[in-house]
Amino acid sequence: MPRALANALRETSFYVAVALFFLLAAFPFYWMLITSFKTNSDLYNVANIPFWFNDSPTLEHFRYLFEKTLFVRWLLNSLVIGVCVCAITLVTALPAGYSLARMTGRNGETLGIGIFLTYLVPPTLLFLPLSRVVADIGLQNSMWSLVVVYPTFTIPFCTWLLMGFFKALPVEIEEAAIVDGCSLFGAFIKMAIPLALPGILTVVIFTFTLTLQEFVYALTFISASDQKPITLGVATDLIRGDIFYWGEIMAGALIASIPVAIAYNLFLDRFISGITGGAVK
Amino acid sequence: MTVIAAPIAKPASRFRFILDRRAVLGSVFIAPAILYVLLLVGLPFLLAVYYSVSAYTIYDPSWQFVGLANFEQIVQDPVFLQTLGNTFIFTFGSQLLGLILGKFGALLLLRPFPGRKFVRAVIILPWAVPIALATVAWQWMFDSLYSVINWTLIALGIVTRGDAPNWLGTPSLAMLSVIVVNAWRFFPFAIVIFLAGITAIPQDILDAATVDGAGFWRRNYQIIVPMILPIVAIGLIFGIVFTFTDLSIVFLMTMGGPVGATSVLGFKGFQVGILSGDVSHGAAISLFMLPVLFVVVVAMLRFIRRREI
Repeated sequence: MPRALANALRETSFYVAVALFFLLAAFPFYWMLITSFKTNSDLYNVANIPFWFNDSPTLEHFRYLFEKTLFVRWLLNSLVIGVCVCAITLVTALPAGYSLARMTGRNGETLGIGIFLTYLVPPTLLFLPLSRVVADIGLQNSMWSLVVVYPTFTIPFCTWLLMGFFKALPVEIEEAAIVDGCSLFGAFIKMAIPLALPGILTVVIFTFTLTLQEFVYALTFISASDQKPITLGVATDLIRGDIFYWGEIMAGALIASIPVAIAYNLFLDRFISGITGGAVK
Repeated sequence: MTVIAAPIAKPASRFRFILDRRAVLGSVFIAPAILYVLLLVGLPFLLAVYYSVSAYTIYDPSWQFVGLANFEQIVQDPVFLQTLGNTFIFTFGSQLLGLILGKFGALLLLRPFPGRKFVRAVIILPWAVPIALATVAWQWMFDSLYSVINWTLIALGIVTRGDAPNWLGTPSLAMLSVIVVNAWRFFPFAIVIFLAGITAIPQDILDAATVDGAGFWRRNYQIIVPMILPIVAIGLIFGIVFTFTDLSIVFLMTMGGPVGATSVLGFKGFQVGILSGDVSHGAAISLFMLPVLFVVVVAMLRFIRRREI
C-alpha cells in the first residue's frame, strides 16, 4: 500500500510541476488575450478580480487599433520587409550554401563557420556606424533601411542552414545530370534546388520570423510612425505622452505574435539543428 | 575530385566555359554572400572602431583622431562602471535562472504523458514570440498600479496595497524584473537544447551502463551530462551573446532606470550614441562588449573543432 501511495504522490507532483511550467510560459500571453478584450472601466479598477471578465468582453480595442492607428500600415510594412529580405537572402544564401557544401576538404567547413560567426555580431555593436551608412545611402528614417540591413544576420544563418541541407544531398545526382549534358550551373538549378525545397522553405520561414523579432535596428533607424514595422510600432507608438493604451497594445502584440508562434513550433527542430550545427549526431 | 565527362556536342553557350569550372563557379556562387557580409558587417565594424578613437558627434562630424581619450573618459565615469557591472549581473543572473528552469523543464518533457505535444508547443512561446511584444506584456504585469502580480499578492494577504512592491520603480526590484523577463524568454530555448542533447544519446549506451550496474545518478552525471555538454555549451554561448548585447528588454521596461540601476552596455551605447548624438563615446561603450564576445567565439570554435575529431 505505501508503495501505491508513493506512486500516486510522484504522479501528482509530476503533473503539478508540468502545470507550473505551463502557467509560467503561458500566463503573459493569457494576460495579453484577456486585456485586449476587456473594457477600460474593467481594466482600470483595482477592486475587480483581474483574471477574468467583470464587464462583458469588448472589441473596442481592436476596432481602435485598426481604425484609429497605423496598425494595418505596420503590418504591411513588416510584410514588405519580410518578403524583400527573404528574396535577398535566398538569392545570396542559396548559391553560397551550395558552394560551401560542395567544396572539397576543410575549406568549405572553415569558411562556413566564418560566415556563421558573423550571425553572432550583435546589432548593438553595429548600429552606430550602420545608421551612418544608412543615412549616406539616403534611407534614413525609411523602412527600406531595414531591407538593406536585415540580411546581415539572415544571410549568415541561412547560408549555414542551407549548407547542411545541400551536404545531405547525394552528389551523384548532380554528376548524373552533368554526364547527361547539363552544365554545373544547370545541375545546381535543375537538380540541387528542387531537391533542397524543404530546406528553402525552412529558410523562408526563419528569415521571416527573424525579421519580425528584430527590434534594435528598427528602433535605431526609424522614428517616423508610418515607416515602422509591426513590433516597433506596437511597442513604442501606442503611447501618448505618459499614457499607455494597454488594451490596444496587448491586442496588437497578440495579433503580431500568433503567426510567429505557429511558424516557430512547426520548424523548431530544424532551427535547433541549425544552431547546434550537428553538435550531436 | 570527381571527373566530369565531356559534355555531348550541343550549341555551346558563351558562358559555358565559366559555368563548367567547379572552382570558378564555386567562387562566383559564394561571392555575393561574402561581399554582403563584408560591406555591411565588416566595414561598419571598422567604422565603429574608428568612431571610438575620434571626436565624432552628430553635431560636429569631424574625424579628428583623439586616441584612447574616449575610453579613458568612459572608464573614469562611475555610472559606466555601474553599467558594466549591471550587464554582468543581468547576463549571468538570467542565464543561470534560465538554465535551471530549462533543465527541470526538459526532465519533465522527456517523459511521455497525454498532451505533451501541446504543452511543449505552449512552453516554446516565450522564445518564439518577438521579445519586444512579450516585454510590453510583462511591463503591463509589472505596472505600478494595476500589476496583476501585486493584485495576487494582496489577495493572498502577503502584502497590503499600501506597501505593494513597485517592481520597475525600485532599483533592486527593477534589476530582478528584467532578469526574470530575460530568463523567462530563454528557458524554453534551454529546454529545447537539453531535450535535443538527451534524446540524441544512443539508448544502447544507457542500457549498457544499466547492465553494468550504473544507477540513476551515475547514469545522469557520468554519462548524460558529459554527453550533452557540447550542445548545452553552444546553447549557452548563444544565450550569453544575445543577453550580453541586448537592449530591448531594458529599453522597453525601465529605460535603464531607476537611477541607472538597470542600465546595460547595449542600452548605454544607444543612449549616448543615438539619443544624445555623441557617436564617438557611444561607439567606445559598445566596444566594451568585444572582449566577452571574443572569449565566447573562441569557446564556440573549440567546441566545433572538438566535434569534428
